[in-house]
Amino acid sequence: MCFKAKRLYQLALGPVLMLMTLLSAGAWGSDAEVMTASTVNMPAGVTAVGQSIYDLHMIILWICVVIGLLVFGVMFYSIYYHRKSRGVTPATFHESTQVEIAWTVVPFIILVVMAVPATKTLLEVYNFDDSELDIVVTGYQWKWKYEYLDETQENVSFFSNLRTPQSEIYNTEAKGQHYLLEVDEPLVIPVDTKVRFLVTANDVIHSWWVPDLAVKKDAIPGFINETWTLATKEGVYRGQCAELCGKDHGFMPIVVNVVSKEAYADWLAVKQKDAAEIKQLMAQNFSLAEQMERGKSVYDRSCLACHGANGEGGVGTAIAGSAVATGDVSGHLEIGINGVPGTAMQAFGGQLNDVDMAAVITYQRNAFGNNMGDVVQPIDVFNHKKG
Amino acid sequence: MGDHHHGPAKGLTRWFFTTNHKDIGTMYLWFSFAMFILGGSFAMIIRAELFQPGMQLIEPAFFNQMTTLHGLIMVFGAIMPSFVGLANWMIPMMIGAPDMALPRMNNWSFWILPPTFLLLASTLFVEGGAPAFGWTFYAPLSTTYAPPSVTFFIFSVHILGLSSIMGSINIIATVMNMRAPGMTYMKMPLFVWTWLITAFLLVAVMPVLAGAVTMMLMDIHFGTSFFSAAGGGDPVLFQHIFWFFGHPEVYIIILPAFGVVSQIIPAFSRKQLFGYDSMVYATASIAFLSFIVWAHHMYTVGMPVAGELFFMYATMLIAVPTGVKVFNWVSTMWRGAMTFETPMLFSIGFLILFTIGGFTGLMLSIAPADFQYHDSYFVVAHFHYVMVAGAVFSMTAAVYYWLPKWCGKMYNETMGKTHFWISFIGFNLAFFPQHFVGLAGMPRRIPDYALQFADFNMMSSIGAFIYGASQIMFLYNVIATIVSGTPTSEEKVWDGAEGLEWSIPTPAPYHTFETPPMVR
Repeated sequence: MCFKAKRLYQLALGPVLMLMTLLSAGAWGSDAEVMTASTVNMPAGVTAVGQSIYDLHMIILWICVVIGLLVFGVMFYSIYYHRKSRGVTPATFHESTQVEIAWTVVPFIILVVMAVPATKTLLEVYNFDDSELDIVVTGYQWKWKYEYLDETQENVSFFSNLRTPQSEIYNTEAKGQHYLLEVDEPLVIPVDTKVRFLVTANDVIHSWWVPDLAVKKDAIPGFINETWTLATKEGVYRGQCAELCGKDHGFMPIVVNVVSKEAYADWLAVKQKDAAEIKQLMAQNFSLAEQMERGKSVYDRSCLACHGANGEGGVGTAIAGSAVATGDVSGHLEIGINGVPGTAMQAFGGQLNDVDMAAVITYQRNAFGNNMGDVVQPIDVFNHKKG
Repeated sequence: MGDHHHGPAKGLTRWFFTTNHKDIGTMYLWFSFAMFILGGSFAMIIRAELFQPGMQLIEPAFFNQMTTLHGLIMVFGAIMPSFVGLANWMIPMMIGAPDMALPRMNNWSFWILPPTFLLLASTLFVEGGAPAFGWTFYAPLSTTYAPPSVTFFIFSVHILGLSSIMGSINIIATVMNMRAPGMTYMKMPLFVWTWLITAFLLVAVMPVLAGAVTMMLMDIHFGTSFFSAAGGGDPVLFQHIFWFFGHPEVYIIILPAFGVVSQIIPAFSRKQLFGYDSMVYATASIAFLSFIVWAHHMYTVGMPVAGELFFMYATMLIAVPTGVKVFNWVSTMWRGAMTFETPMLFSIGFLILFTIGGFTGLMLSIAPADFQYHDSYFVVAHFHYVMVAGAVFSMTAAVYYWLPKWCGKMYNETMGKTHFWISFIGFNLAFFPQHFVGLAGMPRRIPDYALQFADFNMMSSIGAFIYGASQIMFLYNVIATIVSGTPTSEEKVWDGAEGLEWSIPTPAPYHTFETPPMVR
């Protein structure tokens, strides 16, 4: 008898513990205003929509907890009191139209009550009107590209790559604070501004997710999806690709810097100046020394990870003494611009501007002992792209 | 005729050529258990890699192969065949039929499965590796960007679809034509009812899946562009087609589990099921609703708001018939006279954990909230609560419940209960923390994660290892029962059990109900 009771106590323990965890998660969640990075609950984030979604989430969670307590309460009462070992005789009742109507209608009413705020929040999310800034977000295997649309000025556009070094991923170095959630160049947006994102992809489906901005939208090749955010607090917000997109799906984070409107204007001005400069540089001719200098910095940023610091190869083939880098210029340009399909060698034509492309090709042809002596100019890249 | 009462043939030919529903059921059950162990070992590799942040054991590309094969093998190789095996064993015995209606097709629908999964598993050893695009195989990752092994995968899906359709036709034909006199539809055991409805779902949606993979095949090899935007196709179309199959598919998995639990809870409560009719109607409603909710898997693809609203409301509605089922089980227990043998423990475990999985399902149905939950570990936790604690727990309960009838021997009760408790603790340790990491922002299907997710992932891995190890105990218990269990010849092994299967001798003879019983 005593043994049985003990067993029942154990039977009850599991769910009770779980419900307690669930409840405490809820309780932590409500304190989460101070600590935005909760590790147990959805962040309310820094947008009004995010707050509505969070409130909705908590309402449903509590409704579920209450229903769960009732159902499991009845069940455990029954498990404890209606045991054969207590000498009870089973009742014979079954079917009761009233009870059955009640437990169909009452949940239905609860659902209707839930549907009201859900619909309201959904309509709020779907209100794309009056955006003050449009940014095209393009998913690539495995990085993001951001392009700021501007009717009057040069469009600002750049790629955002994972910054965490391989040494941290493969455990040869200690992992930094923002391990896997850090990029070389974050997206910058102004605070208190409705920013519309036009989300698409270049290859497979990705999904752009920043929990604190309450934004998740699939990036689908051939489609342009809309979503938006209106951050009310400056800060750095981090997210990740949410749709399986191949080998490095786990390694294409998103970092958004929400800054003051003034800081944003300054940042944009610098970026636009750079873009205008590149446009100007496109028309120029460079010396070998100039190309080597620019080319090295491009190489270190875009090629080094796969081809090695001294062109010795790695994931990619060796560049030192390679047939491509010591062969025909147009063959070299072709691979740089269009990549090698079916291999890790990507098409860099859309990722590097023509100035950088010309410089890095020149660099590869003249560094690591490949002393070809030829200088590739931006116009050569432009012409190669034109075909 | 003299040879009318022959026993099984001798040797291997018994198994290759058998048309006996019990032999075929047994083969299905062992095959699905083998697949469960294989898919489970892939899960162990996944959890071992996720034990700590950083890449330790495997490469990201191989990780994706593991998640893909784990999902495919568990869904198509372990859970679905296990319930088909159970249907083979139990449906004829429950409706008083001598065998399945189409015994030769029955043989074939089983025997095409092992080569299919051999083919699927062999892709691990081919150049380019196994499919690595997730069990949902979204285009264009599964077409333009897929490894060459995708063609083997497509062939496998075709064949296992064929197997499922044949199995379902057989079940429909059996239930409709071979019921004993007096066994009207509304007297059929709930397990038979849930399987009948499941079989209709299968016949309706497996061809849709076959269509989806055929379009993939055409895109990959024959220059079409069904799913490629560059050629005027639509990658989102793939998701619509896939989930039109995929959502009924999850009910295909869970409905027979409902049936099992609806047999076991009354037996150990020693009390009739509270509302038989409403259970049948609830099952049928769930099946109907399963066809009109598919896009709730796709809230973030950029549907128009009207579409989002429709799929949200329709999905929320599923809570009503599901609630009816849970309330029915609880009312059946109410004022019963319960005992807690292993099948009952697993059924109660099912009831609690499936209800939790149902709650998270309700949360996921809310479209705006799903914008945060979608494709996070919250979803992983949700579907493991319904797939593992739902389908697998009920399947385990079924094995313990009917094993004595099948082999005429009792399993070791202490070991069975220990198996339950280790499973229950391991399962919750593995999957409950995944709710937290998902809400806090961890996407699913990633081989490595940020540092704030480390603690819960380690817990989760430990839980998964415990749950995995408990299955060895299950295997041991079942084999030990068959080899050296305490013999029993009681027709009604469980005093509270009801149904025709308990009216025949124990162990169940090779041929049963050659003369149909009369059902009052």
